[in-house]
Amino acid sequence: MMNNAPGPPRPATPTEPTAVHAKDLTVVRGPRTVLRNLAFTVPRGQITGLLGPSGCGKSTLMRAIVGTQAKVTGTLDVLGHPAGHPTLRTRIGYVTQAPSVYDDLTVRQNLDYFAAILDPGRPAAERRHDNVTRAIADVDLTTHADALAGNLSGGQRSRVSLAVALLGTPELLVLDEPTVGLDPVLRRDLWNLFHDIAARRGATLLVSSHVMDEAERCHRLLLMREGELLADDTPDALRTRTGAETVEEAFLHLVDEAKAAARTKETTR
Amino acid sequence: MTPTTTAAPPRALNPARTTATATRVLRQLTHDPRTIALLILIPCVMLFLLRYVFDGSPRTFDSIGASLLGIFPLITMFLVTSIATLRERTSGTLERLLAMPLGKADLIAGYALAFGTLAIIQSALATGLAVWFLGLDVTGSPWLLLLVALLDALLGTALGLFVSAFAASEFQAVQFMPAVIFPQLLLCGLFTPRDTMHPVLEAISDALPMSYAVDGMNEVLHHTDMTATFVRDVLIVAGCALLVLTLGAATLRRRTA
Repeated sequence: MMNNAPGPPRPATPTEPTAVHAKDLTVVRGPRTVLRNLAFTVPRGQITGLLGPSGCGKSTLMRAIVGTQAKVTGTLDVLGHPAGHPTLRTRIGYVTQAPSVYDDLTVRQNLDYFAAILDPGRPAAERRHDNVTRAIADVDLTTHADALAGNLSGGQRSRVSLAVALLGTPELLVLDEPTVGLDPVLRRDLWNLFHDIAARRGATLLVSSHVMDEAERCHRLLLMREGELLADDTPDALRTRTGAETVEEAFLHLVDEAKAAARTKETTR
Repeated sequence: MTPTTTAAPPRALNPARTTATATRVLRQLTHDPRTIALLILIPCVMLFLLRYVFDGSPRTFDSIGASLLGIFPLITMFLVTSIATLRERTSGTLERLLAMPLGKADLIAGYALAFGTLAIIQSALATGLAVWFLGLDVTGSPWLLLLVALLDALLGTALGLFVSAFAASEFQAVQFMPAVIFPQLLLCGLFTPRDTMHPVLEAISDALPMSYAVDGMNEVLHHTDMTATFVRDVLIVAGCALLVLTLGAATLRRRTA
């Protein structure tokens, strides 16, 4: 199931070279096993894309990494701690698929509140103010800072949600479909922002998407299907290995391969 | 990974995060002036109506009016909190907050602080109107009425927070009001003294917190000093509020399925 072909050399950070390390990771939701024996690593300081069709378990995997998913078994270490460890709560930024902001607060009031939770106390007020202003600018909402979140368009609201995750300086950003429903210009700007965050702040980004053309913008890819990993590689290596032109073709090729393998297993049994 | 054995977060309240949460809840309300107006005006209008409904029997107005001063904050805070926390659960903001370094106690105390403040304004206006303009005849101190009203508001907040965990939608949350509040309303002694009810009902009413809220109000109505019964009533209401708040905290899960 797993592909362990070596990727390009990882950035050498002496303490923890990997941001996320999973082994035998299984998640059960109700009667269904949503994730089955996953094993992978997410290198630090890079953008890793988590791709696969809707319902394949991307969101569940992200929730497991940020520590909000129940019934997780196996090994899952995040930034050197078991996932969900209290010390990780200031070090991870997490954006859910549906924008999770208060509709009856303005953009700035939303960010003010979340900033006060991350960095509480009066002495930090000035730092918080700067962080909030910068986060609003990062997602290009400065002109809408005093608008109620509920009055914004869908794309704008999801950017408010993203801005919350950019507060402070998270070492790991977990973004669940952050570019869904955005226009092409905005999508390009956000991807530029993601690369900027990875390069300038050395942050690790895990970005999910079901749009395969976004895969080309990632350093590494995790391809998922029905709760299993099909590949863990760079976009280039994936295309070369499968002889495909695009990541989308590579993905389809891998799906067929997995189906065929499952069929032979069935018949030899 | 061993998520279940992960060290528990610090339990102690963080005052800065608590006040930030309270400020946020109040800011949300300031964007909704109609709700504030309804919360503050309706008890006053009801008391005004009640005064002239019992125009011929001021004693009845005294008794029912005082009881209502305790019941209003309980009901309104129950409704407001159950909807507000349900929204927090369904909008994803609760999940986001619990993935941040926010203690559950901070969140609950923040809500209690915000709605407690609102309850003080609501109760002060209603009590002031009843005592000074509608001639509600209170033997004890109106400040004690206010104290009981505030504790009732906290109890309402606690109950609302707790039931919101069992409501999947705002429709269900609103239906919890008849389920949780109406039985207490019938049995609390508002309609008839509790010792004249069927013994079974009287025993049930002994176990319901609203009975003590109404008892406390009536103690203030009839006695100049703080009686032992009043102290008992206040402690029971406060104890129930704390107990239900703790139960409510248990319904806030960092990890969900």
